[in-house]
Amino acid sequence: MNTLVNFAQKGLKNVFKFHGGVHPPENKTQSTQLPIARASMPEKLVLPLRQHVGNLPKLKVSVGDKVLKGQLLAEAEGMVSAAIHAPTSGTISAIEDAMIPHPSGLPDKCITLVPDGRDEWIAHAPTDWRDADRKEVIAQLRNSGIVGFGGATFPSHVKLRTDGKSNVHTLIINAAECEPYITCDDMLMRERASEIVQGIQIAQHLLGADQAVIGIEDNKPEAAKAMQAAVIGTNIQVKVVPTLYPSGDARRLIYLLTGQEIPHDKRTTEVGLQVFNVATVLALYRYLDHGEPAISRIVSVTGNVGRPQNFEVLFGTPLHLLIQAAGGEKANTTHYIMGGPMMGFKLPSGDVPITKATNCIIASAPDLFEPPPVPMPCIRCARCADACPVNLQPQELYWFAKSDNFEKARDYQLFDCIECGACAYVCPSNIPLVQYYRYAKSEIITADRAKEAADLARQRNEFRLHRIEREKQERAAKHAERAQGAKAAETPAQGAKQDAASSPAVSEADAAKKAAIAAAIERAKAAKAAAAQAGEAPKNTEPASNAVKQEIAEIDARRKAAGLEGKQDAPSGDAKKATPEADAEKQAIIAAAIERAKAAKAAAEAAKKEKGE
Amino acid sequence: MSTALLIMIGLALVLGALLGYAALKFKVEGDPLIARIDAILPQTQCGQCGYPGCKPYATAIAKGEADINQCPPGGDAGVHALADLLGVEYKPLNAEHGTPKPKSVAFIDEQTCIGCTLCIQACPVDAILGAAKHMHTIIASECTGCELCVAPCPVDCISMIPIGETPDNWKWKYPTIPIVPVGLSSVQVSKS
Repeated sequence: MNTLVNFAQKGLKNVFKFHGGVHPPENKTQSTQLPIARASMPEKLVLPLRQHVGNLPKLKVSVGDKVLKGQLLAEAEGMVSAAIHAPTSGTISAIEDAMIPHPSGLPDKCITLVPDGRDEWIAHAPTDWRDADRKEVIAQLRNSGIVGFGGATFPSHVKLRTDGKSNVHTLIINAAECEPYITCDDMLMRERASEIVQGIQIAQHLLGADQAVIGIEDNKPEAAKAMQAAVIGTNIQVKVVPTLYPSGDARRLIYLLTGQEIPHDKRTTEVGLQVFNVATVLALYRYLDHGEPAISRIVSVTGNVGRPQNFEVLFGTPLHLLIQAAGGEKANTTHYIMGGPMMGFKLPSGDVPITKATNCIIASAPDLFEPPPVPMPCIRCARCADACPVNLQPQELYWFAKSDNFEKARDYQLFDCIECGACAYVCPSNIPLVQYYRYAKSEIITADRAKEAADLARQRNEFRLHRIEREKQERAAKHAERAQGAKAAETPAQGAKQDAASSPAVSEADAAKKAAIAAAIERAKAAKAAAAQAGEAPKNTEPASNAVKQEIAEIDARRKAAGLEGKQDAPSGDAKKATPEADAEKQAIIAAAIERAKAAKAAAEAAKKEKGE
Repeated sequence: MSTALLIMIGLALVLGALLGYAALKFKVEGDPLIARIDAILPQTQCGQCGYPGCKPYATAIAKGEADINQCPPGGDAGVHALADLLGVEYKPLNAEHGTPKPKSVAFIDEQTCIGCTLCIQACPVDAILGAAKHMHTIIASECTGCELCVAPCPVDCISMIPIGETPDNWKWKYPTIPIVPVGLSSVQVSKS
């Protein structure tokens, strides 16, 4: 019956409501009053290497290098990684640890670039993506530095790569922007709708997707209108979805737009869907059509500031400069939040740079965000379960996380939690639920890493023991072989002796053999003597043919004519000289050489002494 | 009567054959208990337990020759896990075998190293690279921090460096609730 109802609904409905979700005050109008402004050029740009999910990129510049705007500073390393480019022309002044926008507040490796003020671009190299080979274009995107600009910062070239198995038929463009306060995608759509549409077409082409659907929440009517106007004449569809947090989560948005639920252990591409943020497709367009790598993004600066506004900011711009551009912070500002109020985190200071992940900066004050009330015990009301958009049991996860029962938490699909904070938002006991989940997740991840390291160590240790054992055996085998060889050499000699004593018949045969050998030696000696008498050296030419013999004879004649015969013998004659004489001569020479060396040394020392005095 | 008997005998034969086949087909190689204990041990191969490695210690525990609280790198969590697995009472770590230290990796001062290869021979996981009369170096990702290379070095050029906290290995902390003295509301606390 349920499937029937669902089927009927699918036919009728335009959008599908996901389970749970909350609707906090939007607070979006503050920062949409002014158009996107360009932030001024700072005195120095600090670019953290850690700006995306995956491996840290490999440095391609060193301190003192002059770089142009858009030049590659660090290239993608490994499969999941993204490049970093110079946001403006200037000089690399340092590569060192500096404060980065990270919840840990720990410093990390950053490239510091001092702009020269010329803002000089590298030669733009646009790509003819329509005609070029898809794989080549995607491989080229590895150097674009483009990551998911919605905040997840997953390298985009990895998401575009199709491995033959995935058959993406629908591209979903995420323009829901469901978190309160954030308006960067809203303003982007209002102002650059046509460029976004071109970017969508690029992504569609690269993925081979026939359809594209843009999902926009209904609290952004201007943006929806702009997009609807821009998609006319294309096969891109604009769908307005009801405002409900967290509709901007990829899987929630897919359900909203298509009614399809992705199994928790599958990727969206396995069911033919891929999701990109609007800012990401715009970056694709800028890179492929204009040859501009990712060097800036739109950031909403809002909250407790004088003039909330969206800015186009170069990566690496210090946060305080942006706050100044937005009219400065108001007096009672306590700290800054990066991201939205639901999922964002408190920044360690105002000196951190803007990175690829920075979609919004909120200046926080007690009157905007009340300090969290004291948490009370859980009363098992299960309101969190009603609010959970992933259909988890947040109360169970909370108990498991609280009691360090991590295996159970994993069994209850802790890692499907998207940390949206809807559960904590509705909790009547004000329990910081997401903090517990984050704690449990990082404990589990650490334990898993330790286990992996232990497995590797076990493997290496076992291999080492195996190797030592093998070497031992090889050595033993060698020893045994040698011992056996010595024995074998000993035994035949003993045997011969025994034979000679025991059987006279054999000894007779031996005597005959010996006599034959002696006779052969006699013959050879006689032949040699005869040759010597004839005045010729033995030639060993018996088996040679007549022609060869003749040739040899000719050569000998030539040698005689040249007077070589005598000389050839000379050195051997020298060597045969009485050895004691030669030894005495040699010793005399050595003694003389030693004398000379001593004299030279003494002279050198004397010279040194003189110099010293 | 006889039919029932025949059926029972037949059943017994069939099931017996099945069981016999299964015993051969799904034979468990080695002692699974040793492998399970070994899986809990941290595999530093440091020998602090008094055995030449984690596997020998696991074997000794399985035989009942060693206690479960002799592994400092495994820490308290390791002892708890062993106690759970073996169904015995938890015991605090035996201080005779050392105390848990923060995880560290060895570091060779390459200026001082004389290339004697003694540390290479001592390393239980082949994490030191080098050759005779050539400089040695540690493969940090493979080092278990067992400290076995430190003692044999004749020029004391190996030091243990604790692994610091980086954004990569940083962990979210357990949520703590600030203690508010009775009679003060949270607003007053935030003002003070």
